[in-house]
Amino acid sequence: MKAIEVKNLSFKYRGADEWALKDINLEIGEGEFVLIVGPTGCGKSTLCRCLNGLIPHFYEGEYVGDVYVYGIRVRETPTHVLARYVGMVFQEPEDQLIMTNVEREVAFGPENLGLPREEVIRRIDWALEVLGIKHLRERAPYELSGGEQQKVAIASILAMKPKILILDEPTSSLDPSSAKEVLDLLTELREELKVTIVLVEHRLELIASRVDRVIVMDHGRVVDDGDPREVLIKDHVVKLGVGVPKVLRAYKRLWPGKALGRPPLTPGEFVRQVVNTYEEMRDKS
Amino acid sequence: MRRCVIKVKDLWFRYEEGPWVLKGINLEIYEGDLLAIMGPNGAGKTTLIKHFNGLLKPVKGLVEVMGMDTRKVSVSKLARYVGLVFQNPDHQIFAETVEEEVAFALKNFKFSADEVKNRLNKILKEMGLEKYRRRVPFNLSGGEKRRVAMASVLVYDPVVVVFDEPTLGQDLKQKERLGKFLWRLNDEGKAIVVVTHDVEFVADYIDEVVLLSDGKIVARGRAQEILTDRDLLKKVRLLPPQLAETAFLLERTLNLKLEGNFLRIDGFVDCLRRWLNENIDAKRS
Repeated sequence: MKAIEVKNLSFKYRGADEWALKDINLEIGEGEFVLIVGPTGCGKSTLCRCLNGLIPHFYEGEYVGDVYVYGIRVRETPTHVLARYVGMVFQEPEDQLIMTNVEREVAFGPENLGLPREEVIRRIDWALEVLGIKHLRERAPYELSGGEQQKVAIASILAMKPKILILDEPTSSLDPSSAKEVLDLLTELREELKVTIVLVEHRLELIASRVDRVIVMDHGRVVDDGDPREVLIKDHVVKLGVGVPKVLRAYKRLWPGKALGRPPLTPGEFVRQVVNTYEEMRDKS
Repeated sequence: MRRCVIKVKDLWFRYEEGPWVLKGINLEIYEGDLLAIMGPNGAGKTTLIKHFNGLLKPVKGLVEVMGMDTRKVSVSKLARYVGLVFQNPDHQIFAETVEEEVAFALKNFKFSADEVKNRLNKILKEMGLEKYRRRVPFNLSGGEKRRVAMASVLVYDPVVVVFDEPTLGQDLKQKERLGKFLWRLNDEGKAIVVVTHDVEFVADYIDEVVLLSDGKIVARGRAQEILTDRDLLKKVRLLPPQLAETAFLLERTLNLKLEGNFLRIDGFVDCLRRWLNENIDAKRS
């Protein structure tokens, strides 16, 4: 089942000289965990906005082509209908949190979907439980740490039970440990809920090994798309400066041009590779 | 002898009657230092650097800039020696044109008209901002604004330049440019202080690390020494750089102790290659 289908999509913001997206074609299957990377200004955020309907409903510009979410044509579907399918988490949790306590915050989405009260309460319990933040229920979002705020933001989106979760650099304002917590949580959500996840993230060393697929963008185009190990090892991707994990770059330098099994994305994978190679070389000599 | 440019002696600070934010900080910064101040959110990092140019004054203890007690000298006089580049350029930029923005401090410091003109031309050229000189800074891109903010500090040639989270929201290429730029400033003899969470950036470009936690300095040392101390990092909610973690795992599984600067890819690859060669040759003979 296709969760997202992007067909010949181009977009230019009103007043801009350049097209932010140029003829994008993509299919994302239900339950896929997709990472989008690319240098600043490559069109990652614009693409996210097209997937949840912020473009063209809230941003003006020239829109060519189409985006379908579960077969629904985004350009002619109001955002409150799209909200049942696509939830979006932004860079700054503060931009998203508006209520005076966490419970109200998480209730906001389901209430706006017009769900009955008991169901709203069920969803709040569930979302807080899934994110491990039940203890924050009565707290005010503004007094929480950045990492906690981002979890509340994710809970409030999750409470609407979207089929697709889009996160645009959700850890960029968090300290490294909080960032890791949020990213670990996404991995769990994906496994437990089978939700489709589209993630824009610079911290590849924390997440690249967990995703199914990496899409690389540059100057408004998709320039590569596939298995994370196969994509991130390519010279043209490393040259783009997308933060390819250092172990993978070290591996390329140590054994240039050789295919030595799976290219490593984490320290553990790298060490396994060294052990294998070492034993092989030792046996040969 | 290198000059001590900033001396912090038993500094205590709190806002109004609030809890203590800084609790007895002792720190000396010398010309030519290239230093990162790291620690969790809320550790007091930003509060500390605001003492370096007198924006904040100690409640107890002493801060000296070039031997001057910051409580007895005006901020504008201290700013001549210590330049602060803030995280968000929008907080720093206010003039109508790039040119005015960058010249602002020079005029304040009563430089002659000729001197203002010379310095302005030089810095705009260095920072690649010549073509924007008559543009409204507020309408520039994020990266360009950041360069304007930096130019308006560097133009008056302070001995200490402090950067607050300069890598936030920057892609890898921009970080590389920034790192090399810091090296160049440092080569001119300036003391560079970077407040950051970005362990990978520090591993690549910074010599020394000061760890701050709960208003106290918990460690100061060479970057390599601090960033490979897993227990220490955990205490301050930092994650080890990927290659430090890899080196740790290599040591544990292969009993392989890497020598040299293995936090950077070049050093890491050299160390490991040497070890592999030596160990396989040793087995051969």
